[in-house]
Amino acid sequence: MASKTSESGGDDAAVLLACVRRLGDNALVLGQRLTELVAHGPELEEELANANFALDYIGQARMFYSYAGELEGQGRSEDDFAFLRDAHEFQNFLLLEQPNGHFGDTVVRQLLFQAFYVLQLAAFAQCSDERLASIATRVVKEVRYHLRHSTQWFVRLGDGTDLSHARVAESVERLWPYTSELFDGDAIDDAMRVSWGGPDLDALRGEWRRSLEFVFADAGLRVPVDGWKPGGGRRGVHTEHMGYLLAELQFMQRAYPGAAW
Amino acid sequence: MTKQDWPLYEVFIRSKSGLSHRHVGSVHAADAQMALDHARDTYTRRSEGVSIWVVRSTDIVASDPGEAAAFFEPAEDKIYRHPTFYEVPDGVENI
Repeated sequence: MASKTSESGGDDAAVLLACVRRLGDNALVLGQRLTELVAHGPELEEELANANFALDYIGQARMFYSYAGELEGQGRSEDDFAFLRDAHEFQNFLLLEQPNGHFGDTVVRQLLFQAFYVLQLAAFAQCSDERLASIATRVVKEVRYHLRHSTQWFVRLGDGTDLSHARVAESVERLWPYTSELFDGDAIDDAMRVSWGGPDLDALRGEWRRSLEFVFADAGLRVPVDGWKPGGGRRGVHTEHMGYLLAELQFMQRAYPGAAW
Repeated sequence: MTKQDWPLYEVFIRSKSGLSHRHVGSVHAADAQMALDHARDTYTRRSEGVSIWVVRSTDIVASDPGEAAAFFEPAEDKIYRHPTFYEVPDGVENI
């Protein structure tokens, strides 16, 4: 693919780069959140499952960032994207940087995102950029398992004891507002759809909602009504949690630049 | 909150199509579905398997070690039950 650069940044290659980097940001930030849970699992088997998931997301970030580095063509590596950018340069969804909270909070965050992510990846698997399509094809398989896991826990907690039901219902109320951002696309999302056959976010929104309605029904919970719609992730405007997340993630490379082991 | 231990499940994994399932260990889980997921997460991380069975440990009926003498020793002096006991006559390709 010939890459033409223009000042507007609106050309096809620049759009693809921005999109791939965002996918990397989402994966990295969620991977970091799950990494924070390592050694805090409620049961040994859940501990292992969570650590596997964390590594899956870090692995995805590596694939997306490596490709972004190649597209950018300025010699930046996956590590440069992960460790040497500040919060405003990350364009992940705000939902993913939300703290782990209690187990129910984590389960709800994972469910709401993963139900979207499998659809997004399935769409990218059909896009016209071969490399992105092949990464998405690989990644969607592991995320389908993640979704199965979070779905099961959501139903167990919702349909469990009075206490677990009440707590997971609160988690839904708290995190639901952040889901509107998943579907509120910007110029890059539009251009990805038009130029590269990327996902149609309006169509995804309907599909996502329908899939969740089944899960919520199983869990004995109601799908909330949309209200407050925080946004800004796509513009690099984050919640107050993001700085702390990056501080922990990036500390070593900031304190000892280029350190390797 | 009360902490109640989940029941134990034994895990059997088939590493390749055509082979039989082998016992690899056990997991704790609230029910069979969760046991299957835990077995997947615990024992197939390095592509060890293509199929998983889980069974409640309490559902396994085991032979009694105290009866080992009656169960197994009678077979020990019956070497004619092994194919190697027999000599293959010359000129016979298959038995």
